Amino acid sequence: MQQLSLVDRVGSGVLDLFAFVGALAMFGGRAVVEAVRPPYEPREILKHVYQFGYRSAPLILTAGFAIGVVLSMHTRASLERFGAEALIPAGLAIAFIRETGPLTAGLLVSGRVGAGIGAEIGAMRVTEQIDALEANAVDAFKYLAVTRILALMIVMPLLTIMMDFAGVFGGYVAEASVSGMSWQVYLESAFSFIAYSDIIPATLKTVVFGFLIAVVSSYLGFTTSRGTEGVGEASTRSVVMASMLIILSDVILVKFIFFFYPQVSG
Amino acid sequence: MSAATSAVRFEHVSKSFGTRKVLDDISLEIPAGQAFCLLGRSGTGKSVTLRHIVGLVQPDSGNVFVEGEDITTLAGRELAGVRKRMGFLFQNAALFDSMSVGDNVAFPMRRHTKWTGAEIRERAQAKLAAVGLDQDFDTMPSDLSGGMRKRAGLARAMALDPAILLVDEPSAGLDPITAHEIDELLVHTKQGGTTLVVVTHNIPSARVLGDGFAVLQNGRMLVNGTVETLDASDEPLVQAFMRAQGGG
Repeated sequence: MQQLSLVDRVGSGVLDLFAFVGALAMFGGRAVVEAVRPPYEPREILKHVYQFGYRSAPLILTAGFAIGVVLSMHTRASLERFGAEALIPAGLAIAFIRETGPLTAGLLVSGRVGAGIGAEIGAMRVTEQIDALEANAVDAFKYLAVTRILALMIVMPLLTIMMDFAGVFGGYVAEASVSGMSWQVYLESAFSFIAYSDIIPATLKTVVFGFLIAVVSSYLGFTTSRGTEGVGEASTRSVVMASMLIILSDVILVKFIFFFYPQVSG
Repeated sequence: MSAATSAVRFEHVSKSFGTRKVLDDISLEIPAGQAFCLLGRSGTGKSVTLRHIVGLVQPDSGNVFVEGEDITTLAGRELAGVRKRMGFLFQNAALFDSMSVGDNVAFPMRRHTKWTGAEIRERAQAKLAAVGLDQDFDTMPSDLSGGMRKRAGLARAMALDPAILLVDEPSAGLDPITAHEIDELLVHTKQGGTTLVVVTHNIPSARVLGDGFAVLQNGRMLVNGTVETLDASDEPLVQAFMRAQGGG
């Protein structure tokens, strides 16, 4: 009996997971369709671009700088053994621009913005503000979800570029403090091995990260129930689910990038 | 009463949430320009009835007509078109807490009219003045008391001078003076030709306001008629309600 109960529980969990993934996919699909249909809500999109982008910038710049410093220190410790200190700037820049910057930016934004979207829309759900929007003849899905999804898709690549530069700058500060290397020499060295195919696909993949973060957190916000407890849960789950999806999707996106830009895998 | 002269008409509407039947074969008709009060104990389906009128809830079976249009068959712009002719005061006001009180009232105007910014501000200010909140245009909803929030919600619901105003427990949780002020506002609104559908527990207030009444019990219509019909009813629940002097 106990085994059957375990099977039941596992089966029920799997079914719940499928139901969740299905509902999430429908939500995301609806967002794509609604995004191309008027009205376009440009004011709301711009407002969210400011909220998500401008207000995330200090976190992104600080984190990028710190990670750049730490990566540089670790890279130096490794390359010093082989007498390859000259490759430190290039190694750091490649690592940062191809993977560390986009992925870290995605995870940081899922924490700062994803949690906020989940909590804000969740609070609007439990306080009937979403119903009030609908009662005022406003498409709440478009007004709340689609605008946030589009805004985050716009913002993510911009934040990633900021993080890349902050990381490279952090790497320079760490390197300059040890070897006294100038900024100009560091930059030349850092970008000597970097091609557009390193920068553009890696940066643009964060558009997908932005989509995933906003879709998951909006969906969890819209489906919030059970009052303030539900709002807290929506916020937490937004971060966890968005982070997981970013990491999983990154694997697939890197495969795609390698397929379309084989030189990147070299 | 023909469909053309009724503001709202329910035809055999049933609704369940899970296994719980909330509305069971409800039919009623609310003539245009009248105030209709929905009475009943908590959890008997009054608010769900109200939500059906604005299309926030779809019936499992039956039809809901608003000014002759079957709202259960509408979606998108058509549904929005009907909703623009209605105002909804939620039980907890449901003000948008990211906007000031004035912006809450201006919101429907900004969305659905071509008025200039100055016109919208002037009209929103006038709506706030009508509910005694003319000094609170820039106040955030979180800084308002419960009664003030309700009045601000009423101002927002009235922003576009709707043909039909839906009001969910206007005096719940309010002191008697504020509750009386809201009643007066609703009476004044009705006198302006607006159809009112009011969910209330406040019998004295309903007696002042209502032209028609319905009492719901366990999702079914117990009594439907005028105040005289309710006063003459043999139903123990209706008698208990009509004897009640308190409210809120």
